[in-house]
Amino acid sequence: MPKLKSLEELQKLRERLQHDIKARTETATTITVGMGTCGISAGAREVMQAILTELEARDIDAHVTTVGCIGMCSKEPLVDIQQGDEPRITYGNVTASMVPRLIEDHLINGNVVEEWVVGRVAG
Amino acid sequence: MSTSKAERYRADVLVCTCPACTKVGAPEVEQALVAEIERRSLAGEVRVVETGSRGFCSMGPVVLIQPEGILYCQVHSADVPELVEETLIKGRVVDRLAYEEPETHKAIPHYDEIPFYGKQMRVVLRNCGLINPQSIDEYIAVGGYQALGKVLTSMTPEEIIEEVKKSGLRGRGGAGFPTGRKWEFTHNASGDIKYLVANGDEGDPGAFMDRSLMEGDPHAILEGMTIGAYAIGAHEGYIYVRDEYPLALQNLSIAIEQAREYGLLGQDIFGSGFDFDVKIARGAGAFVCGEETALMASIEGHAGNPRPRPPYPAQSGLWGKPTNINNVKSWANIPVIINRGADWFNQVGTETSKGTMIFSLVGKVNNTGLVEVPMGITLRELIFDIGGGIRDGKQFKAVQTGGPSGGCIPAELLDMPVDYEHLKEAGSIVGSGGMIVMDENACMVDVSRYFLDFLTEESCGKCTPCREGIKQMLAILTRITEGEGEMADLAQLEALAHVVKNASLCGLGQTAPNPVLSTLRYFRDEYVAHIEDKKCPAGVCRALIRYTILEDACTGCGLCRRKCPQKAISGERKEPHTIDQALCIKCGVCFDVCRFDAVAVT
Repeated sequence: MPKLKSLEELQKLRERLQHDIKARTETATTITVGMGTCGISAGAREVMQAILTELEARDIDAHVTTVGCIGMCSKEPLVDIQQGDEPRITYGNVTASMVPRLIEDHLINGNVVEEWVVGRVAG
Repeated sequence: MSTSKAERYRADVLVCTCPACTKVGAPEVEQALVAEIERRSLAGEVRVVETGSRGFCSMGPVVLIQPEGILYCQVHSADVPELVEETLIKGRVVDRLAYEEPETHKAIPHYDEIPFYGKQMRVVLRNCGLINPQSIDEYIAVGGYQALGKVLTSMTPEEIIEEVKKSGLRGRGGAGFPTGRKWEFTHNASGDIKYLVANGDEGDPGAFMDRSLMEGDPHAILEGMTIGAYAIGAHEGYIYVRDEYPLALQNLSIAIEQAREYGLLGQDIFGSGFDFDVKIARGAGAFVCGEETALMASIEGHAGNPRPRPPYPAQSGLWGKPTNINNVKSWANIPVIINRGADWFNQVGTETSKGTMIFSLVGKVNNTGLVEVPMGITLRELIFDIGGGIRDGKQFKAVQTGGPSGGCIPAELLDMPVDYEHLKEAGSIVGSGGMIVMDENACMVDVSRYFLDFLTEESCGKCTPCREGIKQMLAILTRITEGEGEMADLAQLEALAHVVKNASLCGLGQTAPNPVLSTLRYFRDEYVAHIEDKKCPAGVCRALIRYTILEDACTGCGLCRRKCPQKAISGERKEPHTIDQALCIKCGVCFDVCRFDAVAVT
């Protein structure tokens, strides 16, 4: 680690290090992955990994949490995205390859990917 | 050390590794968590992080799961598979591991909803239990060293001193001297070489706030010191820590090394041309070394004896040079004042006492631990809301604040706001923040005797009023607790107390009579009962009590007979037993073991 020579260098370092403790800082976005037995057997773990990779690659602030089975097992893996007070959107039959588009369209551009939506809960 | 590659985890599992949690099995829990997370192939997405104390010491080992903010208490390694399965995989709360509200028995899983935390305001302890104290990267990630960068690049020493003065911060070591003014004295003192000292010599029985801060957020202290050094014009600083705090020493040493590596200590910090470095001075653990002149003598390698002031350290301190000493908690406040501004800081607290205060809440309360609250909170809120009330449904009797030389405050003053002035008026002190809660079973005469016993041991012996005065007061108190007291003793005690208070050289002697004076003021009838009736109303003083077995209640089970170390209890099976008073040493074992409340203390 070279010595920090200026306040700007400290701030740059801070920005980089903030990623490392994202799970402990406030954010308005929560992504929830169904991790019941049904979810896991349908591939939820791979979806979760893809989400973490994609968030990291695109430098997006979001908490990723897991939940158990919500009952809609035939649509697993289920991924919910909630931003601020917006309705919570549930996507069904999500695969790892769908994750980049979900993040790009929903989180970055703010467009819900209607064709994959299976449920919606008011925020 | 530093991970240059930023990694993304969905969850951080924070395990408190403070000595209290370590003692009750935190390392085993941590190992079990790491193994289970590995076994369930979660290692890439869930991370285990060691942190300093969360303050909830009665509930250890505590584990906090982020981002959900779920706090699990008294976790055992056997609980780990269920915790991982339910919470980390399925996102469900394991209710039985959550904090249980004592009255309703309702599980409260979320950290910020537990009353113990709800009324707190964590300013000094802002990072304790939330970051890994051995990682400078985590401190920087939460905004660490920004304040130092700000002052070195955009503020003059005079502006910093002005800001600290405006904040209203007063010394957190106990005396409450305005920090900004102290800095100004040292800044204005003439001389090329000036020193700066952080006082971490916490010696009060039952107090552990300085330790927790040094263990849990060492960089906050270093950052505050470096800012102070720049304001004062010092290039060398010392942190005085007692050697019996091994984890504090370890984390401070690591922090100093890391700060040097990052160029945040050393030469030309942030390219400003300002140099500052810090050394650790290890103390042998003498109570008197918390006094500033004794502390400096100890750093210089002499016996830890105080000397008369003036000259104050600001004129002539370490090796005769101008020196600024502040408590570690005062130093940790500084980065916050710089970052958030004096105006933010002085909105918190009361008219004369600004900011927050950390108390180590111990004794007969349900939730013992470390709490940080705004100045001006009432004792009732502290003890009943945060502390969860008195254990075992007993009655509150008194709270002793400010360590062994603080006073005992009775129930009628529970609604008093806690700040420097009110506590002084009530005959006590804020001190460094010790708070010992006593229930109906405490004998106030015995309590004063206990504290004077401690202070007699810790008096350095240099000045006569303290050395001889406390000893004589202790002798009188001992006499009273043994039933040999006379009413004239009370006047004698008060007279001695005033001499010791006014004529002692340092703070140790000047505050030593507080427990006696305050108990005489609020609990005089207990002294009178010991002297005139030869009775100890609380049933504590051995010479004045006797244990008897109530014939009607005794079932003759024989448990007390078997447990009595003196074989003073006799009786036939299923027949009422009796205690031979000639043999009884009043140890109270019979009272403790009886399941039928058949042993009475009178």
